[in-house]
Order: sequence, then structure tokens, then C-alpha cells
Amino acid sequence: MEISTAVFYLIALITVGSAAVVTFSRNIIYSAFSLLGTFAGVAGLYIFLGADFVAGVQLLIYVGGILVLILFAVMLTHRITDVEITNRAAGRIPALVIVGVFLALLIQTVRETPWVKVKEVAYQPTTAKIGDLFLENYLLPFELASLVLLAAMIGAVVLSRKEIKE
Amino acid sequence: MVPLDYYLILSAIIFAIGVVGVLIRRNLIIVLMSIELMLNAVNLTFIAFANSLGSMDGQVIVFFVMAVAAAEAVIGLAIVISVFRHRQSLDPQEMQLLKW
Repeated sequence: MEISTAVFYLIALITVGSAAVVTFSRNIIYSAFSLLGTFAGVAGLYIFLGADFVAGVQLLIYVGGILVLILFAVMLTHRITDVEITNRAAGRIPALVIVGVFLALLIQTVRETPWVKVKEVAYQPTTAKIGDLFLENYLLPFELASLVLLAAMIGAVVLSRKEIKE
Repeated sequence: MVPLDYYLILSAIIFAIGVVGVLIRRNLIIVLMSIELMLNAVNLTFIAFANSLGSMDGQVIVFFVMAVAAAEAVIGLAIVISVFRHRQSLDPQEMQLLKW
């Protein structure tokens, strides 16, 4: 086995393992912290795929931003560990069956489709090209994304402030 | 060189784990985390295709997905906190005030 394949399997194992802990752990603190493993593993796969800038942004936004935000929410909603997080048996088996069928379908589709053969990638910096695309082909979506982020920011402030009764 | 199928199957698995989380967990914060998992799986697919097709568009679209994911996390967690403040519970099945 090539060394790169071995490293891929290792990263994939870490990613899937921590994703499973996120979903199936009974302790919400464990879930929140193992989200870190998934985000970091996905960032490692981005580096594998030659997307250096995206990997850096993944670490900055997801690990540095979203994960910290989730931890804040976990800590702020006090008594959250007492809140019942039991999985009701009624919904569980059908959900697992349906998702299992769905996953089998997806994997079957992926395996049967004749994908274009992977070219040998020349690893080169991607940042400049991404910047060019943002300011040429994707200018309008880029501006819209900033608008969405502004709206989200205002919405979060409005939603989470203390209500003041006059 | 790892072939494209491996990445696609890996992201299918992560996506399925996220769907399971949304369906079976009864805690809003975990549901949000699972949605982040699904978005990450989709991003991984985009980057894998961008790599194998030798195009940069996939990498650019990932940034838009990330912007939406950040907005979703911010608003979702703000809603979670205010719901918890009002009802002292995070079970989505108990949020049925508007149910007819």
C-alpha cells in the first residue's frame, strides 16, 4: 500500500470516528469536542486534495469560529447536561434503516459511475486563483454572501439579547 | 494518488452520519452539530470534484457553503439559547406551540 493511501485511511478513520461520536455520544460535551476531530480531519483531506487555502479557512472558520460558538451555547444553556438527551426507541430503528438504505444507494451510485480518471495534480498555490474568481465570475454571489452574513449578525444580536420589558 | 471514489464514499458516510444525528437525537444543539457534519461532507465532495476535474469553481463554491454554514450556526445557536431561556428544554418534540 502506498504511504499516501495509508495516510488517507488514517485521516478518514479519525474523521468518521469523531463524526460517529458526535452523533451517538450521550454526553453533549463529548459530542462538541469530537466535532473538532471531524473538522480537523476534513481540513487534512482538503490539504490532501491540494486545496491549501480552503484547508486554512476550514480551520479558521469551523474550528476557530463555529466550534467555539457551539461550545459557548453548550456552556451558556446551564443545566444542559441534565436536559434529557435520551433517544426514543420508536424513532430510532426506522431512521437507521432508512439512512442505511440511503447510504447503500449513494455508495452503489458512486461505485458504478465511471468517473473521469484523476489527473496527476500539480500542487500549486490556489489563493490567487480563488481571489480572481471571487472578483470576476462570482462577484454577485460574493456580495450576496456578505449581505447574508450581515443579516445573520444582526439577527443573532436581536435574538439573543435579554428582553427588556418597558 | 487516492482515487475520487474514496473521497465520495467517505463524504457519503459522513453525510449519512449527519442525517442519522438529525433524525434520532432529541437535543437541538446536537441536531445543529449534525447539520454542520452534513455541510462538511458536501464541502468535501466539492473539493474532491474540483481536484479531479482540475477546476477552481468547486473551491470557490465551498466558501459560499461555509458562509451559509456560519450564518446558520450563529442564528441556530441564538434561537437555541432563547428557546432554552423560555422553555428550559431543548427537545424539538416539545416545541409544538404552533402545532394545529
